[in-house]
Amino acid sequence: MDFDLSEEQSLLKDSVEKLIAQHYDFEQRKKYLQTPEGYAPDLWARYAEMGLLGLPFAEAEGGFSGGAVETMIVMEAFGRGLVLEPYFATVVLAGGLLRHAASAAQRAALIPAIAAGELRLAFAQSERQARYDLSDIATTATREGTRWNLSGEKSLVLHGDSADRLIVSARVSGARRDHDGIGLFLVDAASPGVSRRGYALQDGTRAAEITLAGAAGEPLGAPDRGFSAIERVVDEAIAALAAEAIGVMAVMHETTLDYLKTRKQFGRPIGQFQVLQHRAVDMFVAIEQARSMAFFATMMAGEADAEERRRAMAAVKVQIGRSGRRVGQEAIQLHGGIGMTMEYKVGHYFKRMTMIETLFGDADHHLGNLAALGGLIAV
Amino acid sequence: MDLAFTKEEIAFRDEMRHIFRNEIPETIRRKATEGRHLSREEIVTSQRILNARGLAVPHWPSEWGGRDWSPVQLYFYQDEMQQANVPPPLPFNVSMVGPVIASFGNERQKRAFLPRIANIDIWFCQGFSEPGSGSDLASLRTSAKRAGDFYIVNGQKTWTTLAQYADWIFCLVRTDASAKQQEGISFLLIDMKTPGITVRPIQTIDGGHEVNEVFLDDVKVPVENLVGEENKGWDYAKFLLGNERTGIARVGTSKERIRRIKELAALERAGEQRVIDNPRFREKLAAVEVELKALELTQLRVVANERRGARGKPDPASSILKIKGSEIQQATTELLMDVVGPYAMPYQPQFEEGWNEPPIGPDYAAPAAPTYFNWRKISIYGGSNEIQRNIIAKAILGL
Ligand SMILES: Cc1cc2nc3c(=O)[nH]c(=O)nc-3n(C[C@H](O)[C@H](O)[C@H](O)COP(=O)(O)OP(=O)(O)OC[C@H]3O[C@@H](n4cnc5c(N)ncnc54)[C@H](O)[C@@H]3O)c2cc1C
Repeated sequence: MDFDLSEEQSLLKDSVEKLIAQHYDFEQRKKYLQTPEGYAPDLWARYAEMGLLGLPFAEAEGGFSGGAVETMIVMEAFGRGLVLEPYFATVVLAGGLLRHAASAAQRAALIPAIAAGELRLAFAQSERQARYDLSDIATTATREGTRWNLSGEKSLVLHGDSADRLIVSARVSGARRDHDGIGLFLVDAASPGVSRRGYALQDGTRAAEITLAGAAGEPLGAPDRGFSAIERVVDEAIAALAAEAIGVMAVMHETTLDYLKTRKQFGRPIGQFQVLQHRAVDMFVAIEQARSMAFFATMMAGEADAEERRRAMAAVKVQIGRSGRRVGQEAIQLHGGIGMTMEYKVGHYFKRMTMIETLFGDADHHLGNLAALGGLIAV
Repeated sequence: MDLAFTKEEIAFRDEMRHIFRNEIPETIRRKATEGRHLSREEIVTSQRILNARGLAVPHWPSEWGGRDWSPVQLYFYQDEMQQANVPPPLPFNVSMVGPVIASFGNERQKRAFLPRIANIDIWFCQGFSEPGSGSDLASLRTSAKRAGDFYIVNGQKTWTTLAQYADWIFCLVRTDASAKQQEGISFLLIDMKTPGITVRPIQTIDGGHEVNEVFLDDVKVPVENLVGEENKGWDYAKFLLGNERTGIARVGTSKERIRRIKELAALERAGEQRVIDNPRFREKLAAVEVELKALELTQLRVVANERRGARGKPDPASSILKIKGSEIQQATTELLMDVVGPYAMPYQPQFEEGWNEPPIGPDYAAPAAPTYFNWRKISIYGGSNEIQRNIIAKAILGL
């Protein structure tokens, strides 16, 4: 085992961190939030130039053959900047579905466009009734000659409002919550039968409610074998979110430490109060535990045995969720009133962390799953 | 010792319950239940209805509208009001500046202010905190210099809750810069319309506007607006902060929140199972209920004790109420987030103004995350929970 980055990985880390440091200070980010897309289109182009948008795809298909470690590096840096661009939606989620489910022809058609920054995708998966159950899909796909028609309501589609195309999960056969009979379909977001309602999440990132009324979809791979790809991609997504969470938590901690050193009350920096020192230490311990689990997630993201992978990601999500909540609440508390304001950065990290806690299942949900699977240590 | 409530006390409770649930407009109570912000007008309406029935200031001296109730009666009054989601009479008026004027003000001030404070004809805000003086309040720098019949006030207050609605502000100001910190502070009442006062909004992380900065620039305040003696303001502030502390426990509010969480958890499903039937969720909820029951009795004990103690000297045990009460309230906001799950994520500020677009997810989900964010404040204001622990360590444990 070796926790050190290779030379290439270090270069990647340095360049992404530099980009974020240059383009993602608090004031710049505020401006990006004001745009219609809710992010900075010119930065999207920069990500493409740097090779970030093609990172996880095979070289032969127009990518850079990066693995889970590379994704971790990018997502952690993006967490530090509270990056708004649809990287997670396009590259991690939709890109993952292309890697695991699409045909060679589809990959050849789409991946170069993604890598070039010309195609933004979103994964239209969750539905109102589903909560965190990935197989709870009521949207239907029905065949009419050579054409597939999709109908249903998709909810909380990350960056669904600005995506050019959607990858929609839909039921081809079987009952609600069956694992079999779920297909993945590529849908042009501007096509007839697709209507979208975009909105901001609590942290300012964008999402959409999407109604499909007989919209045309092109199956990704075999039209009724989508579920294992969905599970796999969501596990990769949890690993990516874990890395992002580390970036988010690290900034909250650094900001808090700075504040403890500079804020004076009772004639001294408040960081001299031992009780606050211990609180900062507990935050640190919580982050290090989370960081370890982010490494575990990265290690297990490519695990082929689905049950082992699910078990690992449940554990990861529990740790990330718990550490994140603790660190976020403490960061606000140790700042006092200033931490409660929009004008100050720590609250924005707290809100992003709260979204990460919820995405793809909160800590309690995953604790339940992990317990049902018998925990991590086999008897 | 008799630990049961008497028949009379129970009858009193039922009377309070009846009044709160029947006299305050349902629309106002509904808004409070749903976690929406009340307008100025709604807060005023509710307090005037209470005041007309002698229920705005029962804890004041009887000549100014107080009812001479026992601690148990006061407890039922508060508990029933909170459980009915009746907006409490404005705390800045009835729990803070009112009791200070009643205890330390002169006759003219009492006559001029107390009835109008009780009836919220005047809305007061609290000008204590400053950018450099939060926990260390006694270091405050806003100065008041005597010039004939006036004080000239200069400085800045911050975190001033609902200053945008306020007619008056009660301020701690420094009147003697050469004295020891605590001994140079005075308590002034200032009309917000006085030239030189600027209010700037501060937006909180939930997107709301409830706090402000208040700038005071050569503000002329008549000397007659000094409460009590010059340079004795710190004593009055301590008296006031003790009351504020106790008020933050909000046991009835938490009871009502838990009830609502149970209702909503019965509507939400995860798969075939209702959220309320999930054993893990039930255990989490039950654990909070245990803490709340304990707090309820602790509060009754503290209040009974304070009654016996010296006037103007709050029981340091009230810090227990502040710590536990805030933690429990915050825990309920997390439980509501658990209930709504992914639908805590959409930011839907329009739910405040009435729905003009259909809600995203269930209509009760919109306030869950904003309330979770906003209620982080409860462990910060009213003396942060760290400061409360310092008080207990010193004043009770002798450390
Ligand atoms: C939503 C909101 C509404 C408010 N409304 C009002 C209002 O209407 N009027 C008003 O006057 N004020 C109001 N306040 C201000 C509030 O009282 C202060 O925020 C509070 O006193 C803390 O001060 P501070 O924010 O400056 O934090 P600081 O005092 O700077 O504290 C920062 C951190 O250090 C800790 N700390 C400080 N000193 C010590 C110590 N000795 N030992 C251990 N830990 C310590 C604190 O607990 C906190 O965690 C409000 C605050 C908020 C958030």
